[in-house]
Parts: sequence; C-alpha cells; structure tokens
Amino acid sequence: MQESNSKQGGGQDRRTAISWMLGGGVAASLVSFGYPVARFVNPPQVAEASVNEVIAGKVQDLKPNSGKIVKFGNKPALLVRVNDTEWKAFSAVCTHLNCTVQYSEARREIWCACHNGTYDLDGRVSSGPPPKPLDELAVKIRGDEVVISRRA
Amino acid sequence: MPATELKEKTLDWLDERTGWRLVRDLMDHKVVPQHAGTAWYYFGGITLFLVGIQLITGILLLLYYRPTVAEAFDSVRFLMTRVEFGWLIRSIHSWSANLLILCAFIHMFSVVFTHAYRRPRELTWLSGILLLGLMLGFGFSGYLLPWNQISYFATKVGTDVAASMPVAGPAIARFLRGGEDVGGATLTRFFDFHVIILPLVTFGLIGVHLLLVQKHGMSVPSGIPPAKLAQMKFFPNFFLRELMVWYGVLAVLGTLAAIFPWELGEKADPFSSAPAGIRPEWYFLAQFYTLKLIPSHVWFFEGELLGILGFGVLAAVWVLLPFWGAAGTDEKRHRWATGAGVFLVCYLITFTILGYVK
Amino acid sequence: MRAPAIVLLSCSSLGAALAAQPAVPPPDSCVTCHTAVDDATKGPAALIKNDVHIARGLSCADCHGGDRTSDDPDVSMSKAKGFKGKPARTEIPKFCANCHSNPDTMRKFAPRQRVDQYELYQTSVHGKRLAAGDTNVATCIDCHSVHDIRPVKDALSPVHPLHVAETCSRCHSDRQKMAPYRIPTNQFQQYLTSVHWTAMTKRGDLSAPSCASCHGNHGAKPPQVESVAEVCGTCHVLFAQLYDKSVHKAVFSGAGGGGGCMVCHSNHGVQYPSTKMLAGSASVCAGCHEAGSSPANTATQMANWIDGLDGAIQQSETVLARAEKFGMEVSEAQVRLIDARENLVKSRLALHSMRSDDVRQPIDAGMAIAKETLQAGQAALREKDFRRYGLAVSVILIAIAILAIRSLIRRIEANGAQAAQERTL
Repeated sequence: MQESNSKQGGGQDRRTAISWMLGGGVAASLVSFGYPVARFVNPPQVAEASVNEVIAGKVQDLKPNSGKIVKFGNKPALLVRVNDTEWKAFSAVCTHLNCTVQYSEARREIWCACHNGTYDLDGRVSSGPPPKPLDELAVKIRGDEVVISRRA
Repeated sequence: MPATELKEKTLDWLDERTGWRLVRDLMDHKVVPQHAGTAWYYFGGITLFLVGIQLITGILLLLYYRPTVAEAFDSVRFLMTRVEFGWLIRSIHSWSANLLILCAFIHMFSVVFTHAYRRPRELTWLSGILLLGLMLGFGFSGYLLPWNQISYFATKVGTDVAASMPVAGPAIARFLRGGEDVGGATLTRFFDFHVIILPLVTFGLIGVHLLLVQKHGMSVPSGIPPAKLAQMKFFPNFFLRELMVWYGVLAVLGTLAAIFPWELGEKADPFSSAPAGIRPEWYFLAQFYTLKLIPSHVWFFEGELLGILGFGVLAAVWVLLPFWGAAGTDEKRHRWATGAGVFLVCYLITFTILGYVK
Repeated sequence: MRAPAIVLLSCSSLGAALAAQPAVPPPDSCVTCHTAVDDATKGPAALIKNDVHIARGLSCADCHGGDRTSDDPDVSMSKAKGFKGKPARTEIPKFCANCHSNPDTMRKFAPRQRVDQYELYQTSVHGKRLAAGDTNVATCIDCHSVHDIRPVKDALSPVHPLHVAETCSRCHSDRQKMAPYRIPTNQFQQYLTSVHWTAMTKRGDLSAPSCASCHGNHGAKPPQVESVAEVCGTCHVLFAQLYDKSVHKAVFSGAGGGGGCMVCHSNHGVQYPSTKMLAGSASVCAGCHEAGSSPANTATQMANWIDGLDGAIQQSETVLARAEKFGMEVSEAQVRLIDARENLVKSRLALHSMRSDDVRQPIDAGMAIAKETLQAGQAALREKDFRRYGLAVSVILIAIAILAIRSLIRRIEANGAQAAQERTL
C-alpha cells in the first residue's frame, strides 16, 4: 500500500507539473494571439495612408514665374507660380516616357528634358512627343501655405 | 466568509437576476452521439469559429481601412506595410474567408450525405442554405474592398452576370453597383453590405440555426438506431475536443498567412483593359466556367440566360431538398438525395478545376 | 495660261459649291467612262475611290482639267475646257502645286495645311535635279502615290510615319538607281536596326524619327556636318547643349570632323548606347584617344561609375523581387528605385560634357538611393524570417495547447467516465 501510495504521490506531482506546463502553454498561446492584436491597434508613426494633400511650401518661397518639384505620394508633382496670384500644379510625370518635367521660366511653359516635349500652363501638349496632357492637380492657399491636392 | 461560500452566494445572486443556471442546465443536457460519422459534427463548429475569426479580424481591419476610391487601395497597402502585424490580420482575414466557405460547403455536404436535413430539421437546413448564400455574399462584397485590378474587374464581370438575369437582372445590377458602372458608389455599397447588412442578417440567422440545432439535438444518420448509441456530453467533453480542432484551424491559418501572404495587387484602373484571364474567386468559378461553356444561343434562348435560369432552378431544387429527399425512413428518397449530392460535389469540384486550368 | 486658270476656276467654283452645299457631288463622268473603258486609265479610275481629294468632292477634272459633267468625250476632254491630260514627269510638282501652293484654295479644304511644299521641294536635291531634267528623282507622286492619295495620318498612306522609311528606301535602297549618284544604299537596313525604329514599331511611339524627321521631307537634303548635332538636338536637347559646351564640338562639327553626334552614335543605325562605347574592346573613344591618355582614363572612370550604379540598382531590384516573391510588401522601395534609374539616365546624359565632375553628381545621388532600397529589401527579407520564426513559435504553442486540452479531456474522462458515457437520449 505504501508503494502504490508513493507511486500515486509521485505520479500526482508529475501530473501537477505537467498541468502547470500545459496551462502555461495555453496561456502563452493566448498571449501569442493577443500580442499582435495589441500592436496592431496601436497606430503607427506615419499615420496617413494615402496622399490626397501635400503642403508644398510657403507662399513667399516661390517667386512668380517659377516652378518647383514636390513629392506627392510616391510621384513627383510640379508646382508653378504663374504670377503673384495664380498658381498651377500638375503631375510631373511626362506622358511620353515618364521622365520628370520641369518649368521653363524663359518660355513660360512646362518642358521635358528627355525628348524636348513641351506642355502649356493648362497641361496640354504644345509640342514634341508626349501623347497625352499632364494630369492637373488643385492648388489652395491656406494662410501662407501652398497646398496641393487631388482634383475632385 | 470562505471563498467557496462567497462564490456560491455570487452565483445565486446572478441566477436570481439572469437565470443563467437554466441555460447551464439546458447546455448540460446536450449530448453528441458517437458513431462512424461523428467527425463530421466538427464542421459546423469550425465554420462558426471561422465566422468569429472574420468578425474579429474584420473589426481590426476597420481601424485602418478607408472605403473610398481614392484611399481604399492605399489604406490596404498601409495596413500591409506600416501597421504592425497588419499583414497578419489582413492575410488571416482573406485566408479565413476562403476556408470559411470551404468548411461551409463541407458542412452542407456532410448534412446531405448523413440525411440530417430530414424531418424535423427542415428549417435548420433552410437557414443553413441561406447562411451559405450570405457567406458567398460576404465573399463577393469583401473581394471588391481592396480596390485592386483583379477585384475591380472581377466585380464588373460578376455584376454583368447579375444584370443578365431575366426580368429583374438590370435592376438588381443597378442596385448592386449603385449606378450603371462599377465605381465609387459600388465600393460604398459593398462596404455597407459587407460590414453591417450581411453581418446583422448572418448573426440573426446563425442564432436561429443554432437554436434549432439545440432544440432538435444532433441528427443521427438514418439506419443507425439512436437508442443503441453511446452519447458524449457536449460540455465539457465534446467542446474540449472542438477547442483542439479550433486551435488546429488557427495553426493552419497562421501558416497560410505567414507563408502565403495575400497579395496586394495593383490599384484598380477602370480605364485599362481587364487583366488577361480574369475570373472570379474559386467559389464562383464552377458556375462561371459553366456559363462560359454554354453556347451563346441554344435553340432560340440566349445561352447565358439559360445558364442563369438553370442555376436558379437548381438552387430552388436544392433548397427544397428536405421535402423531396426524405420521407420518414424511405430509403429511395434518401438515395435520390445522396445521388444529387454526389453529382453536385463532382460537378463543383470538376468545374472549379476546369475553371482554373482553362 | 488659260488652262491652269480654268482649272483654278473650276477648283474654286467647285469649292464654293461644296462650301455652300455639302450634299452629294454632281456625277463624275470621268470615273464613269474610264472605269468602263479598257485601257491604261482603268487602273486610276479604280484607285480613285480611296483618294482623299475625291472624298472631299473633287474629281479627276480638278487636276487634269476638262468637264466632269459632260458624257461627251469631246466636251469633257476638250482643251477649251482646260483638259491637260497626263502631265510630263518634270511637270508633276508644278501640277500639284497649282492647288497645294495656293493658300486661298487650301484654306477651303484644309486651312492648317502648309502651302510651301513646292517651294521647299525646289531647294531639295530631288527638286534641283528634276529642274535639270533628271526624271529618275522623286516627285510628289513617288512618295504620296497618285490617284489613291491618302492623308498622312491614314495608316495605309506611304507617308504615314510608320511607312516613311520604307517609301524612301524604294529608291534609296536600290543599288542600280543610286549608282549614278554614288549614294550608298544601306541606310534603310541600318535604320531597321536602330532604336528609333524600335521605338516606333515596338513601343508605338509615332513621334520617333524616321528619314524625314532629320532630312526634311519636301526639302530633303542630308544635314551638313556642322548641323548634325543641331538636328539630333531638336529632340535630344540636353545632350546637344552639353556637347556644344564640350571639347568635342569643335572637332566633330568642324570640316572633316565626321558630323557631330554621328561620330559616336552613327546616323541611320543608332543603337542603344552603353558603357561599352566608353571603355573596353568596342570603345568608340579608343578610335581617337590612346589607351592610358587622360581622356581615355576619364572615359574609363565614367564607364566604371555608370556600370557601378547600374549594378547597384540591379542588385536592389533582385533583392526586392526576392522579397516580393516571399509575399513581402516592397512596392514603395521599388518606386523609389525609379528615382535611382532617373539618376542613372542623368549620369549618362552628363557624360556628354566629357567632364567627370558632371557625372559624379547623379552617380552619387543614384548610389545613395540604391543603397537605401537595398537596405529596404534586406529588411523585408529579415522581416520574412521573423514572421516564419514567429509562426514556428505560435505553432509550437498551439501544439502545447492542444496537448493540454487532450490531457484535460483524458483526466475528465478517466474520472467521470461512467457518468459521461452511456447516457441515453
């Protein structure tokens, strides 16, 4: 009787140990599900998903009759200050072979250096190989900031 | 007051106010018969578990998803790249959706082949078929939400098929699309269906379905006298086994998500031509391929119309299965049902494969 | 003198009639008779249905003179009615110019079309030789066809951008024809191997140049040595600007220089350039610069830089593609690589100034981006590994959990087996 008791007692200890381990395993598995969920709901540093709007700079930074390239999402955009009050913005991806266009102050038009394509200030092709006009973007002045956004 | 007495007193307090002991006693009586086909009983639970997974992952995805044409794709990309474990949640959601529909079909066919639809479980069958339809609706509406090339054009094809239905087809297509073409309005509507309308209806129907199952108990295949069977208590014995299975399902989902992550694709461009070989997801593929096979004109009927009408008739017959596939213990009726079931399984599997290969 | 005037009058009166009344034109007796008659005129009469002039309501008589309304050959083909018949070959350009050099006439039908083609033609090699009596040279009808003249934009027109080279080659690849003038005949074959032809046919870029783009069409003449760079520079502006400021201009664009851009890039069979042109066994620079000389070393250095950047970009691409195959999201890095490629393009542009400092800048910028994207790709691969380890951990934990539940079941059923089993319905 002693023997079976001690065997039972030893068995009991082993079973308890295993129970704890298994219980621990279950708990750990639940943590392994909960941890990703917890990290997921925490918003990442860069909070914005897609770009609909970009602050291109300050009004006073761009002189009349000049242009600059601005990053809009993952594509370049061309901001042109036509005169004191008129601003224009376009996708800067040339419709010929995707080079980045630039503003030509001398000719007051948009020019692509790759194959000499030119666009007017409405984005329409004036000369050269580009087959399609440039996509126009909307420009708003908020206070002293110039904001480029997608057109409605 | 010792701990056990405190516990008792708390439970009594709760019972007086909620009556929870009644539910516990009812659940305590639930038993699961043990026989050769017992393993099939798991599939209803797996389907339910997967619905739960979809609910949770869906709610999490909603924290970041934006349902507009301008932002949908980018928000999904953001989820996949910037949000911690976003790839995991999204891939689980997409894989679980497919697994869910697969298990729902398996569950349905196991019911067919064990004739569990027979009296008095006709309404259980009916609610189940409706639930299957709802799952397909979830699949169709959710597929569009990432707004990539494949989903956009697949939705176009799918709503075109809906439009070719007789009489109400164009009106239905217009309702689905929110307009004449697939566009922003469609995205909004599909989001509405996917996130609130279908879930509410589904949870209502699941409630009905489960209540009916509890009421009637587990069905036993005809030919096996129920009195002779060993019964296993549902709580805790069968349920613990179900938990093991559900853990297994989780392992499968995690593996699929980590090793075969769901792809992002390219942002939808409505002005481009449809990607070559565009086809719907596998659970619509058999019907899609069938429609493709039907010649454009059969006698004086338009082929596609004939196909859709055919599917409609088939669906009606299938929904009414309990009424023609069983009559007490009439073996002949059961054989028709089994035959129909075998035919349907073979057809679905063959045509889905053909749809992929061709 | 009267005949052209009458032709002009009938053209303009018909034009006026058409302008006033865009209805069905009066029946054309020329076509009616000449399709029936079995002689040399049957061909043209059949071709005429494809002709743009006929489509605009004109008739044979508007070019050849005569009266289209009369069925009587004596009237319809009478000299009194201005009938000219078939013009002599040397008279053909003047024949067409009757209308096509008249702004008032052309304004009625195609106001934006030029009216100086004849003037230009007279300055061309073809025009000058024709004036001297050489009937072997091209006239209007040799390029534009005759009797089934289609607008230039029509894909079947022999002067549609896609067909210009072929049309020129009809004579210019004919050795017998070109022998008296001692003009080579390999241009078309060379052109077919060129990037410009590839751009037109494979990429569908109709703005790509063919013969007329550089030689002119009506005033066709090969550009002179000093102006080749100008001609190429009409599209390749920046290259021309850099070349103009470089030491090569004085050498290549001077007398006996070889013709500007042509020296390195050839004229008709322009190939896709590569750093092999700068250094190595096929180097173009080695043609003038001795190995080991400062210019040769500069060329070698530029070639090494450019190859280095190209290689770095390709390495990034490979790593990113690998990560993508594993399902990792790397689209942002892939887009960033486009900037690196742009810098590669800029570096290839910059070398045309022949100064290494100009090339250094875009090279450095491009290398920075390539490094950045390579790191992004490697990070993506590490993330993939992290996910797989995470998966392994989760699966192990799940396996433990399943075992735990199994042991719990065993324990419950060992103790209360009797109570649990054997319950009847």
